[in-house]
Amino acid sequence: MNTTHLPIVLDGVHVSIGGTSILRNVSLRLEAGAPTVLIGPNGSGKTTLLRAAMGLMPTTAGAVRWGTDGDGSPGRSALVFQRPVMLRRSVADNVRYALDVSGFPRPLREQRTGQLLSLVGLAALANRPAPRLSGGERQRLAMARALARDPEALFLDEPTASLDPAATLAIEELVRAVSARGVKVVMTTHDLGEAARLAGDVVLLHRGEVAETGPVAQVLGNPTTEIARRFISGQLVL
Amino acid sequence: MEQQASAWALVLSGDPALYAIVGLSLGVSLGATLLAALLGAPLGALIALSRFPGRQAVVVMLNALMGLPPVVVGLAVYLLLSRSGPLGEWGLLFTPSAMVVTQTILVLPIIAALSRQTIEDLWQEYREELAAMGVGPVRRIRTLLWDARFSLVTALLAGFGRAAAEVGSIIIVGGNIEGYTRTMTTTIALETSKGNLPLAMGLGMILLCIVLAVNVAAWAVKQVGARFEQ
Amino acid sequence: MFTHLLPIVKARTGITAKVIAQGTGQALETARRGDADVVFVHDPEAEARFVAEGHGIRRQLVMYNDFVLVGPAADPAGVKGREVLPALQAIRRGQRLFVSRGDKSGTHQAELRLWKEAGIEVNAATDRWYRAVGQGMGPALNIAAASDAYILTDRATWISFLNKAGLVLLVEGDRRLHNQYSLILVNPERHPEARSAEGLRFIDFLLSPEGQQEIARFRVEGQQLFFPNASLTQ
Repeated sequence: MNTTHLPIVLDGVHVSIGGTSILRNVSLRLEAGAPTVLIGPNGSGKTTLLRAAMGLMPTTAGAVRWGTDGDGSPGRSALVFQRPVMLRRSVADNVRYALDVSGFPRPLREQRTGQLLSLVGLAALANRPAPRLSGGERQRLAMARALARDPEALFLDEPTASLDPAATLAIEELVRAVSARGVKVVMTTHDLGEAARLAGDVVLLHRGEVAETGPVAQVLGNPTTEIARRFISGQLVL
Repeated sequence: MEQQASAWALVLSGDPALYAIVGLSLGVSLGATLLAALLGAPLGALIALSRFPGRQAVVVMLNALMGLPPVVVGLAVYLLLSRSGPLGEWGLLFTPSAMVVTQTILVLPIIAALSRQTIEDLWQEYREELAAMGVGPVRRIRTLLWDARFSLVTALLAGFGRAAAEVGSIIIVGGNIEGYTRTMTTTIALETSKGNLPLAMGLGMILLCIVLAVNVAAWAVKQVGARFEQ
Repeated sequence: MFTHLLPIVKARTGITAKVIAQGTGQALETARRGDADVVFVHDPEAEARFVAEGHGIRRQLVMYNDFVLVGPAADPAGVKGREVLPALQAIRRGQRLFVSRGDKSGTHQAELRLWKEAGIEVNAATDRWYRAVGQGMGPALNIAAASDAYILTDRATWISFLNKAGLVLLVEGDRRLHNQYSLILVNPERHPEARSAEGLRFIDFLLSPEGQQEIARFRVEGQQLFFPNASLTQ
């Protein structure tokens, strides 16, 4: 795995949309290794931070740089939305499409499609129309599509929101497997338990700013800020 | 009931002239629909995905063109293809090709306008996902056209319906020449003018059955496609 | 009639003629644009104009039939058996419904000449009894049949027309009702794209004794519809 594009460094990033400030002065290092999990109340800027880090959303001020020695240009990345859109094709064709878009060599495409479907546990559903999948299956197919881009960093936006425990477990196992293959996972969640199970680092966002960040054990077990203490103890944080 | 009897008698008689007329009707209308689809669907998709000043005006114009009067289109094509017209050298006037040209012009706005609506709806759904995948503009249009193909069948049907029912433009540019440019609708017009109302009515029934059959086929295609809709 | 003639023309001359059935006025317009090779028409005045303008050459008489006045069987204007001019005057006097082609066809022009000779000025826009429908012979007959109106038609169309409803033949045989058909070759000097060699062979065949015989042989319901008279050619 070529990791020259990691870490992803956010340096004083501001993002505003239509005059409203969504992210304020965010500075972070997303290091290679275990997943970085973004937590925080609704509207704290988690999704915007994912998109800004990925380069899908332009920053108003500050910079996002990939890697420490190159020119900082973004490496290969992929994003899975909270409610991924299924292309109106079969499950396998959704993966083939993603492979084609990323320029994957045609002769190897079928083999790679099979591998990806097996990885996400959808091989048996290869010929089913993708829009007919359940919520958990959709998430997994979206992960397969994302992995088709052979990303160095994979961004997941609330991948387990509104999934039942079995589907959640499948996604979490998949995240671990992907991470173990050297892909940097950056994800958001509402579920502190999930953060505890998956994260290397945790970032707590509050009103567009980083309230607390560090290794998961430290942030969840020994938070240093008042906001973080209240959020982690389950109080409502406005 | 006498009309139906004569219609069925006509079909059962296996009159080759009748089959030639039915064949030409289908050939011209399907050909025009196909051509209009090849041009109109990408055009509709292009408008659906583009943002430019005056876009709303173009959309309104396209919708208005769905109501193009066939006689006017027929006349315009006639003047173009006439031997003393700008394209006279092509020698297309009073040929089936001329009929395909005029019907393509009539059907194109219908397919383009309905495709634009369909594609725009699908684009709303796909937009973010395709952007995240880094899909470029050309592939975007191809993807939307392909994934909307079952919905676009409705646009094709509307276009085909217009073409199959149309007589005003093809009688002008085709000339209703027996055995060459005579279609179902121009035959019906001719038989009506001969006062042969039962035969005209019978041919009308046959035309209706053909249009019905095409619609049933399209319905079957859409049933297949419905598996891919959410 | 062309269904009868064209296979014979094809067999004798090798020419596949394509017929665009239009009224005389429209047919001459089509030819003026160069979109025809030969015109087969029946309006002597319009034909003379067409030739004088240089669009056509070699105008030849080919055959004739006659016009007839048809109308409702009840004949409210009482025209049955009369000559055509008094008949038209009676229709005008009684303000009886009259359907006109109104499409500049040969029949329409002949009808207008007859009104003129009868001393009647018709105004399609204001005379409510006079209905110019702007359509071919068949549609005009359908309209007349549906509204119990009088109408002038050529005998051939009348005999083959299947939707006569309450209409019957009322006036015929007047020499003013003579209906002469001519063939004109589209002038190749004016319209170089016209296939004049084939056109000429087509015309020559119809004017030949054999062609003339075939015209005379064409019958609908046992009646001869056209009478060849090419020998009278000027």
